Amino acid sequence: MTVAVLGIDWQTLADAIGLGAIYALMAVGIGLVFGVLRLVNFAYGQLVMAGAYALAFASERGWPVSVGIVLCFAVVLALSALMDQIVFRPLRGQSPAVMLVATFAVAFLLQSIALLWFGPLGKISASLATLNQPVTISGVDIRKIAIVATVLAAGCLLLLVVLLGRTRVGLHMRAAAMDFRTAELLGVRAGRVIGAAVLISGLLAAVVAVMLTVQTPLVTPDFALRDTILVLAGVVLGGMNRLVPATLGGFAIGFASGLLGGALPTDQSQYLPSFLFAAVILVLLVRPGGLFTREGQQAVERV
Amino acid sequence: MKAPVLAVQNLEVRHGAVDAVRGLSFEVGRGEIVGLIGPNGAGKSSTLHAIMGAVRPTGGDVRLNGASVIGRRPEDVARRGVALVPEGRRIFAELTVEENLVLGLAGRRRREGVMEDMSDVYDLFPVVEEARRRKAGTLSGGQQQQLAIARALVADPEVLLLDEPSLGLAPRVVDLVFDALASIRERGLAILLVEQRAQRTVAFADRSHVLSKGKLRLTLGPESAGDTDALVSAYLA
Repeated sequence: MTVAVLGIDWQTLADAIGLGAIYALMAVGIGLVFGVLRLVNFAYGQLVMAGAYALAFASERGWPVSVGIVLCFAVVLALSALMDQIVFRPLRGQSPAVMLVATFAVAFLLQSIALLWFGPLGKISASLATLNQPVTISGVDIRKIAIVATVLAAGCLLLLVVLLGRTRVGLHMRAAAMDFRTAELLGVRAGRVIGAAVLISGLLAAVVAVMLTVQTPLVTPDFALRDTILVLAGVVLGGMNRLVPATLGGFAIGFASGLLGGALPTDQSQYLPSFLFAAVILVLLVRPGGLFTREGQQAVERV
Repeated sequence: MKAPVLAVQNLEVRHGAVDAVRGLSFEVGRGEIVGLIGPNGAGKSSTLHAIMGAVRPTGGDVRLNGASVIGRRPEDVARRGVALVPEGRRIFAELTVEENLVLGLAGRRRREGVMEDMSDVYDLFPVVEEARRRKAGTLSGGQQQQLAIARALVADPEVLLLDEPSLGLAPRVVDLVFDALASIRERGLAILLVEQRAQRTVAFADRSHVLSKGKLRLTLGPESAGDTDALVSAYLA
């Protein structure tokens, strides 16, 4: 069974949705930190990379999958907390450009540390390989990971929207993001709720690490780097300012990436990013505020 | 004798090389309104910021019911019963009026009584209740000022600090704000009112301290509201 266009079959479509969902999760994590800190966290991919190494570390030693996952979450959360304490907090109130460069530095630092500790060759994380097995739904083989990723992404986004929009803590987060000093003067524990948002973003990075290692079991120091760049483009594409458009942007770029990857002949797959980024540029020329923002919403300062 | 609710003792605040506040002492008791007036740059706002813990004083003490709050963070001072109506109102424009009020609840010391305090505030400022669901940024300046005071009051504070609440308001709204303060005083709050409208404040407050260049120059009671000469010379000191 095939969809006529470009020889894309349902299989490719399902995989594209799965990849889109994983990218959407990353977009939620990046969008959340941007929302509360006005900070584009370029080091987000390296959080995912660290989590992936934790999984590979556990899998090499033959530890149970659950232990690997716990280790992954522990490592990523600890790194997020550390990043918040020694990079984000001291730089709060600096210009977006300063913070962006700082996260660049963190990204390359973490990548270099991975290179030093684990070498350039990479490690195999085989822990959750069973998720790559397909289930057959009305004649189409869909890999379990695509379903799991989609459900997780939708669930996480929903939870976050409810947390931010419907709870007291969420209101405090938004207030601290808008006007840190005034929030503090009202008795809002502004530093603490923003730290919590950074941790939630870390939690998402850990989930992404688990999902991505299923897709790509070989963990190298540049693991998730290409994905992060694509997701960042996707977030800008969707509309950086709001969580839901940013997430949709992440999904769109993942979905497009999956589709094109399936459609392009294997010997031309190196052109995939060029196609994607050309598409991003075109969209932003037409809709600088983002693809999924309402008309009239302002474009944010892009750094 | 019971300690006053708010006591500022020999307060010194420095901004870089500038001495913003120099050896300032005063007290505010329950049910009192104390005015703090003086020309621009006299150190009025610096005093409020020092009380809130937003700037660290270089000397002196700020005591709440006898206990020093020096070195505490603003959110801790707020959670000890000090509410500030900041200069320029500092409303969260993108949030609804109600969400702004809910943020004010962050400073509450007790959990019970929220509904009562909310409805009290709505009685005091009917405009705020009417605009409950609107984005706060769509309110007029006068309405925003009422919201800012309402937001401070729902924290059920013991001390209310106001930083130029009448700034830029129409005369009718200024009356409304002063009337509201008079009725808030009835509840036993200690109110510290920083104002530009010197004569009105002197006439209104139980006593008013005139600050100039960081120092207390003169203290006036409501009976001397007509004494413009004393006021002018204190301003020029």
